[in-house]
Amino acid sequence: MMNYDIVVIGGGPAGLAAAISAYDSGAKNILILEREDKLGGILNQCIHNGFGLTRFKESLSGPEYAYRFIEEVKNRDIDVFLNTTVISLSKDKKVTAINSENGVFTVKAKAIILAMGCRERSRGALNIAGSRPAGIYSAGTAQKYVNIKGYMPGKSVVILGSGDIGLIMARRMTLEGAKVHAVCEIMPYSSGLKRNIVQCLDDFGIPLYLNHTITKIEGKERVTAVEISEVDEKRKPIKGTEMRFECDTVLFSVGLIPENELTKNAGISLSNRTRGAIVSQNRETDVPGIFACGNVLHVHDLVDFVSEESELAGKSAADYVINGEKEHNSVNCINGKNISYVLPQKIDTDLEENVKVFFRVSGTFKNCTFKLSCGDKVIIERKKKIAVPGEMETLLITSDKLKEIDGDLTLSLEGA
Amino acid sequence: MEKVNLTCIECPMGCRIEVEVENGKAVSITGNSCPRGKMYAENEVVCPMRVVTSTVRSKSGKMVPVKTDKPVKKALIFEVMKTINSLSCNTPIRIGDIICENISDGANLVASGNVD
Ligand SMILES: Cc1cc2nc3c(=O)[nH]c(=O)nc-3n(C[C@H](O)[C@H](O)[C@H](O)COP(=O)(O)OP(=O)(O)OC[C@H]3O[C@@H](n4cnc5c(N)ncnc54)[C@H](O)[C@@H]3O)c2cc1C
Ligand code: SF4
Repeated sequence: MMNYDIVVIGGGPAGLAAAISAYDSGAKNILILEREDKLGGILNQCIHNGFGLTRFKESLSGPEYAYRFIEEVKNRDIDVFLNTTVISLSKDKKVTAINSENGVFTVKAKAIILAMGCRERSRGALNIAGSRPAGIYSAGTAQKYVNIKGYMPGKSVVILGSGDIGLIMARRMTLEGAKVHAVCEIMPYSSGLKRNIVQCLDDFGIPLYLNHTITKIEGKERVTAVEISEVDEKRKPIKGTEMRFECDTVLFSVGLIPENELTKNAGISLSNRTRGAIVSQNRETDVPGIFACGNVLHVHDLVDFVSEESELAGKSAADYVINGEKEHNSVNCINGKNISYVLPQKIDTDLEENVKVFFRVSGTFKNCTFKLSCGDKVIIERKKKIAVPGEMETLLITSDKLKEIDGDLTLSLEGA
Repeated sequence: MEKVNLTCIECPMGCRIEVEVENGKAVSITGNSCPRGKMYAENEVVCPMRVVTSTVRSKSGKMVPVKTDKPVKKALIFEVMKTINSLSCNTPIRIGDIICENISDGANLVASGNVD
């Protein structure tokens, strides 16, 4: 059995940043395990720009952003196994993986960092009437076809769901000569970034139908047309509002789910809100010495936040390896009114540092107030002109505010 | 005078900017949170510019991610795409390597990912 101080599962932006930060915080015996044949994760297929604006004050492509971290990993004495899939993980921090060189093997670690990213919600969840002709892909799969394999999945497209990947692919397919007829979104708002609506749809005159869903897919062997309908407040299709588009391809972009099979495997508690592990502010799960960061923990829209969070996880893992297990003196941080999730879910109150709370709101709100309270006591209040579910919000609890906390915290959005 | 409402695309904040345009020029800009937004609005009402990102098929068959190293005229995006799709390149190639000089208005097409 191999022995490492820290094993990082996943070599995407989260795993890379975590490994670098763990190394720089004093842990020296680190291994990254990555399933694909190169590091960088999902960024390798995200050839559009817009990455790194916060961190590098530059607009980078996905591969450019990843490259900066891959170089940093290479500059340090960090081991990397590519083409290696982790198949199981145990509470006592044994990682079982498989690759063609070693077959199945086990690595024992003092600390583990989970950085497996997320997967796309599948078409099965969509529940659309009709047979299953060819020509239906998830937007991420289409992205891989076009950008990595150089093959266009279709010429005439309707997109279901207005998540960022769907928006990016609407532009990408248009640039490559396809006709994108419409993007339809069942919710009254888009879950994508505003800038992507402007530069991916508006720029090319692609209509976005809010409160609409696909109600029928026609075609036996290959998609030949789709029907979309408006939905009512209960998201049920309204009769008489049908529109039909002839097309050969349907892309769906209906959300991402953290990839947590291994996490469940190890008996780590998951949040039904984020679908990722429940963590403390240092990104430690409820199994001491196992940390999580990036999209496996909660779905981020900005890679800059992924890197920041992963550096924190890396530093915490190094601290665990060097100084041993720390007792947590924590309160729960709970999502209140109009808030869909809060992370971290546990906060230690005996810290001498600031804690950043990440959260998402559950609808579109204007001129509202974020309120973090502890019982009847309001700890922090912040006004916000506009808040949408597609954009992650943050609130900073300074170390002196932490001292005021003597019970569970609730974060809510008021005045809506 | 004409009022134009824009969404700034320079960063994920996506500020809503109101521009008052006179004789094809911005005379007042409000709603931006930073100077980049002001610049975006000034350009957007005169001549919208965009960075184009795409891929070029290398001689080895592998796809190379590419981008224009400066924004190009939005109106010329499809022309730029046509050129991009007529190009090929050798591998290995590194980030920043020029694949096509002056693809439009002085902007070069450069590799935006490493391919071995
Ligand atoms: C289409 C798309 C467009 C985006 N656009 C933007 C944008 O414009 N700007 C921006 O800032 N952000 C953007 N993002 C967000 C950003 O790219 C992600 O938030 C970020 O890549 C998440 O990093 P990660 O390391 O958590 O996950 P990933 O990048 O998914 O990496 C996870 C890695 O873990 C590996 N792995 C998983 N399971 C195993 C296992 N069992 N064994 C071994 N390895 C495993 C995977 O192979 C993968 O390499 C976009 C994301 C997508 C999907
Ligand atoms: S104005 Fe500044 S802060 Fe607002 S979206 Fe533009 S670049 Fe971002």
